Amino acid sequence: MLAKRIIPCLDIKDGRTVKGVNFEDLRDAGDPVELATRYSDEGADELVFLDITATKEKRKTLVDLVKRIAREINIPFTVGGGIKKVDEIEDLLHAGADKVSLNSAIVNDPELINRASEAFGSQCIVAAVDAKRFGDSWSVFIKGGTEDTGKDALEWISEVEQRGAGEILLTSMDRDGTKEGFDIELLKKVNDRVHIPVIASGGAGNIEHCIEAVKEGGADAVLAASIFHFQEVEIKKLKKSFKDHSIPVRFQNHN
Amino acid sequence: MIAIINYDAGNLASVSNALDRLDEPYIISNDPQELELSDAVIFPGVGHAVPAMKSLKRRGLDRFLKETDKPVLGICLGMQLLFESSEEGDTKGLGIIPGKLKKFDESKGKVPHMGWNTFTDTVDCPLLNGISNSQYFYYVHSFYAPVNEYSLASCNYINDFSAVVGKDNVLGVQFHPEKSGTTGSLLLQNFLEHVHGRASKVKKSAL
Repeated sequence: MLAKRIIPCLDIKDGRTVKGVNFEDLRDAGDPVELATRYSDEGADELVFLDITATKEKRKTLVDLVKRIAREINIPFTVGGGIKKVDEIEDLLHAGADKVSLNSAIVNDPELINRASEAFGSQCIVAAVDAKRFGDSWSVFIKGGTEDTGKDALEWISEVEQRGAGEILLTSMDRDGTKEGFDIELLKKVNDRVHIPVIASGGAGNIEHCIEAVKEGGADAVLAASIFHFQEVEIKKLKKSFKDHSIPVRFQNHN
Repeated sequence: MIAIINYDAGNLASVSNALDRLDEPYIISNDPQELELSDAVIFPGVGHAVPAMKSLKRRGLDRFLKETDKPVLGICLGMQLLFESSEEGDTKGLGIIPGKLKKFDESKGKVPHMGWNTFTDTVDCPLLNGISNSQYFYYVHSFYAPVNEYSLASCNYINDFSAVVGKDNVLGVQFHPEKSGTTGSLLLQNFLEHVHGRASKVKKSAL
């Protein structure tokens, strides 16, 4: 049975992991490879590295970092943050990333999804959608959640699927950083429309929230950052709770 | 020495990193003559069947794969290309293993099949030594090989399909052992042990 995935997300700045609340008060949290190894050992099913480095020169360190991660980590990982071009995607995939996550760039240039998925296959193209609620609908935001595009999130998600995205990383901006739980209604609506996997993101505060995202929201995977970074939720305990709730989940170490 | 076939469709970094982690020496090559010098061949693959087959043919690698008696391990698309044909681009494969690749029915579940899944109906074989039906491997694919007489293990997603296949010297796995944590490393280790056991036997008989 296909297992539901637990995905810790690591924010990367200038080649280092940073921890912060809502992108404020960023603190250095050490070497990404070390943290990634720890998560992998604890049973993470996949990892997402989100580069929040501002300058282009410093972004070059990202490819080197991806090479280091790929040497050490034997589970799949996605890299995202500021990727705009097919050749940037190629560099990251050749360095050993399994998937790339595209966000602002595909809103500005939707054809990028077609070009990238034709060149490398849909399986490695993750469309990241930051959605904010307005009444009964959701609007797509870009540039780290600072700019409203005016696009309807559900329509946009259908479009990225048609253009060849292989997976949706769906972040509820209303819930992100609140620890009040995922936006289950948004998750359900997205799942009703698409035929590709959906990763729930934004709002995880405890184990129950993650179970809810899968059981009620129909999420294929659950992504979170701070609950894992600050060790509020252990991956092992989370997986055991999934199992107790009859959610198929992968255990390592031959048990 | 293991050779990893380079034909523009492989996720070479992942496979070579996995062999590095197992301290196994290897070459990466697209030259059939160079491949002849290896003890075994890993045939990786990510992407689309049509350009992959074209790339193999352009370099004469299709003939090498069909004719070699060295152990071959096809991974993901590499495994799929071992079959006769695929619905993907309606292309012909290498035809080493009988059968046709089909696309998952999108009306019955999400496609691609992406994530960690287990086996059933496992046939006892060296590749699966110490690996049980409760262990998970990482899959990413939209096309599948139906279960047939060459299936060594099957997986269920939307329908049953071949997770592991074997015929003569050729083995194939639909999942990515190089991305499947410690369980995946164990499977690659099993393949290497199978190869080295065989390589030392060949050397002895040559004496």
